Amino acid sequence: MDFVPSFALVAPELLLIGAGLVLLLVAAWGGDKTARGIAIAAAAALFGAGLMLVPGLHVGVDSPATLAFGGLLKVDSFALFAKALIYLAAIGALIVAPAFFNSAAAGAERVMRAEYPVLVLFATVGMSIMVSANDFMSLYLGLELNSLSAYVLAAILRKDTRSGEAGLKYFVLGALASGILLYGMSLLYGLTGGTAFSVVRASLTGEIGTGALFGVVFVLSGLAFKISAVPFHMWTPDVYEGAPTPVTAFFATAPKVAAVALTARVAFEVFGAQVQAWQQIVMFTALASIIFGALGAIGQENLKRLLAYSSINNIGFILLGLAVANADGASAMLVYLFIYVAMSLGSFVALLMLRDDEGALLETFADIRGLSVTRPAIAWALLLFMFSLAGIPPLLGFYSKFVVFQATVEAGLIAFGAIAIAASVIGAFYYIKFVKVMFFDEPAGVVTGKSGAGHWALLGLTALIISPLGYLLTPSLTDLADKAAAALFLAV
Amino acid sequence: MEGLPILSLMMLVPLAGAVACLFAGAKAARWIALAATLVTFALGIGLWSNYEIGGPQWQFTEKAELFAGFSYALGIDGIALLLIMLSVFLMPVCILASWDSIAKRVGEYMAAFLFMEVLMIGTFAAQDLFLFYVFFEAGLIPMYLIIGVWGGDNRIYASYKFFLYTLLGSVLMLIAMFWMVAEAGTSDIPTLMQYGFPPEAQTWLWLAFFASFAVKVPMWPLHTWLPDAHVQAPTAGSVILAGVLLKLGGYGFIRFSLPMFPEASAQFAWLVFALSMVAVVYTSLVALVQADMKKLIAYSSVAHMAIVTVGLFAFNVQGLEGAMIIMLSHGLVSGALFLCVGVIYDRLHTREIARYGGLAINMPYYALFFLLFTMASIGLPGTSGFVGEFLALAGIYQTSSLVALVSTTGIILGAAYMLYLYRRVAFGDQKNADAAAMPDISAREWAMMAPIAAAVLWMGVYPESFLAPMRADIAVLDARLAAAAPASDAQLAPGTPRTEAANALSHHGAGHEGMGQADTNSDSAKEGAH
Repeated sequence: MDFVPSFALVAPELLLIGAGLVLLLVAAWGGDKTARGIAIAAAAALFGAGLMLVPGLHVGVDSPATLAFGGLLKVDSFALFAKALIYLAAIGALIVAPAFFNSAAAGAERVMRAEYPVLVLFATVGMSIMVSANDFMSLYLGLELNSLSAYVLAAILRKDTRSGEAGLKYFVLGALASGILLYGMSLLYGLTGGTAFSVVRASLTGEIGTGALFGVVFVLSGLAFKISAVPFHMWTPDVYEGAPTPVTAFFATAPKVAAVALTARVAFEVFGAQVQAWQQIVMFTALASIIFGALGAIGQENLKRLLAYSSINNIGFILLGLAVANADGASAMLVYLFIYVAMSLGSFVALLMLRDDEGALLETFADIRGLSVTRPAIAWALLLFMFSLAGIPPLLGFYSKFVVFQATVEAGLIAFGAIAIAASVIGAFYYIKFVKVMFFDEPAGVVTGKSGAGHWALLGLTALIISPLGYLLTPSLTDLADKAAAALFLAV
Repeated sequence: MEGLPILSLMMLVPLAGAVACLFAGAKAARWIALAATLVTFALGIGLWSNYEIGGPQWQFTEKAELFAGFSYALGIDGIALLLIMLSVFLMPVCILASWDSIAKRVGEYMAAFLFMEVLMIGTFAAQDLFLFYVFFEAGLIPMYLIIGVWGGDNRIYASYKFFLYTLLGSVLMLIAMFWMVAEAGTSDIPTLMQYGFPPEAQTWLWLAFFASFAVKVPMWPLHTWLPDAHVQAPTAGSVILAGVLLKLGGYGFIRFSLPMFPEASAQFAWLVFALSMVAVVYTSLVALVQADMKKLIAYSSVAHMAIVTVGLFAFNVQGLEGAMIIMLSHGLVSGALFLCVGVIYDRLHTREIARYGGLAINMPYYALFFLLFTMASIGLPGTSGFVGEFLALAGIYQTSSLVALVSTTGIILGAAYMLYLYRRVAFGDQKNADAAAMPDISAREWAMMAPIAAAVLWMGVYPESFLAPMRADIAVLDARLAAAAPASDAQLAPGTPRTEAANALSHHGAGHEGMGQADTNSDSAKEGAH
């Protein structure tokens, strides 16, 4: 077997793995004082890996030549699009990390651990494998590489009990989800005789048996856990609140992209012949996520917890695109993912900039009262992010809802779309609460700390993307997403 | 001005002003905002003077494929032209009204107003369905901030109510838009205005659009956000809310609901009539008992806008023209009335009617302006209010005499609550020493009031200036609606003259013959109306 083409296809992953291993050695011998250098090197590796994706992104690689390692991986334009997004999000999570870990925000330790960037790298490799998986085995491999790194990341502040709690919860519930997923996979294997997506798909045509249906439901449930869709969302607020904020920013973006992309691939490529079997599951999950994500957020005082519910809410809209079950819906979903990453990353960066004199993070509504008077730049940026998340035009968040609902209506799911869009108004309630607290209330004046240039740059960049100027990106974004979505349906 | 993208320029100037205001100090921001709005107004005059009456339906069109999914397409007809003129005319007034009364965070305030102006012009000028929606919805953000940051004591409740009410109203419209675009294959508004949607689909589409516009207009019983928003908003916020934002609802009906879904509009005319009739009577009565001046004017707005909706759904030229003129007139008059309230509020910091009295003694010029606007609101001949209300009621009378009867009580009740307000504020004894000591209007306030007063009189004395630009567009709309127009209950037909005295004894057969004659006449009149 000639492995050269396969290795060429996974060159970005090889680069990341190589960088991860080398940096792990540097961390082992250099200790925590090299952490900043390692973070920079890791970001550079991610950037380099991202550059490798660019040619394929534009051409749209959809031929059988995308299969690597005998069909274990499939590096098509869908995978490339998702990977590009994942790498960008991971770079963001690396940029904001040093300032957080080296300040009072990190609690007793006050030092960035050298393992942090290495773990981010390994998690990213895992996600890369997830989105290009073409076999249940490689899927599980990628998923676990990502998850195990993520458990450690959540608990990386060893002396902080909240962080430890978050890591433990994430681990226990994540392991449970993996178990459910594995059980579903084993059922499908037993009934179809293979683990490759194409084999399972070929056997799952025509009338679906009860056993296979159980397999479908278990696999989707396991994946729903990973994307924190209702009713498998319970871990999200606790983990998001407890994990260190840069890690939360990471969790809210990159793994979401990976898990959603994986779910879409499984839904279309494995269960593509059984659309009616999973469509109503996804529709229910989407609606439930939108509604419960919005309702859960209303009473929250903690901003990170609120953003956790907001991410559940957004996952609902993303799943709306999946529920449409056609190429338009998949493309809309990818566009939404891109905009969602920009919005979430921006909101978390803004949250990371809410510091007091000593550099400790402030994370409740009471702290950001009257922020528009004391720190107008952060407040205006947060205003943009919140209105964007609420989907109010002319911000780019509206466009993400626009494409998803357009796909929904064009597919004839009008009543479903109408209910979902009406439920989105519930979400607007807590997003505008952000604005109310920052702009209408008397200043609390506790946000006094300074932030570094990296934060400002990231905040400015994400704010620029979601500002009305971001609409100028939409033609090329839609073009890329269409190509990526078309790749999903090529195998059909 | 051939080739000059004047509509884009009209949006660019306030946009640039808004960005500059965000970074400017208080004093500079005021001047920047005033300059930007005046330049935009000057551009607006250029727009009007270059608008070719009787020319193509859509003028000053621009189109650029900047976005995926919809295009940046602008263009105006006479209806949009006049509403844009109303917006750009009121904006400098709003800036002047906020000159001294807004002391905190002036830069952000002025920026919010200038953003508002951009979005208003964009809404009226948009020729793409989704572009319209973007502008239409985006107005929520600056208005939410204006009410919430610079509003009164209960501003947070009012701002939430405003935001969520309007948002909930509009989202269903978006779903309807997606369906329409999928069905018609284009998001171009002029094309959609001539597209024939299947009647059964129109029902749903109409209801979805109605949900949005009925909240915006606002129609009873969806009007409850309006008094709260008006009372809590700063003076200029109320002016722009009453002057322009309410007109978005009326504009929506005339641009979307009527031409795009004529059959459904006819089918639901009874609903509009019923809600409007309730609104006219009920909100007028509510206005009568208000103790707060702003609330009174807010309720009067609901009553006036109800006559607008009645006129729109009369399905004839007078009704449509009347509705448009009321919208313009009400934009000026209610804006001016809010300014009048603002003038005395700035001096005494209360809107309670009972705290004032006898202002005609110490503020004669103020009382004069207030009187003029009061009379215009009532619809006194010679003012803009008369022209609009007369036309709208004449239009509806042809369709339904009952609706005309009930709507006309709005004029009487309007006279009652406005005169009662004026008597309590301007006439009578000077009850409070502090109210009696208030100085008359300043030069700045003159500059705010005089142009509006002039416009009100102009529109009242020579409405042709305002009717001419939109005559052709109304005619097109009327032609589009003609096929669907509901049967009228007041088709008056000339009878045959009597051949003998009324009290003369007549034969039965002759009487029957006469009635048969009248019936044929009314049939032919119906056909003539079509």
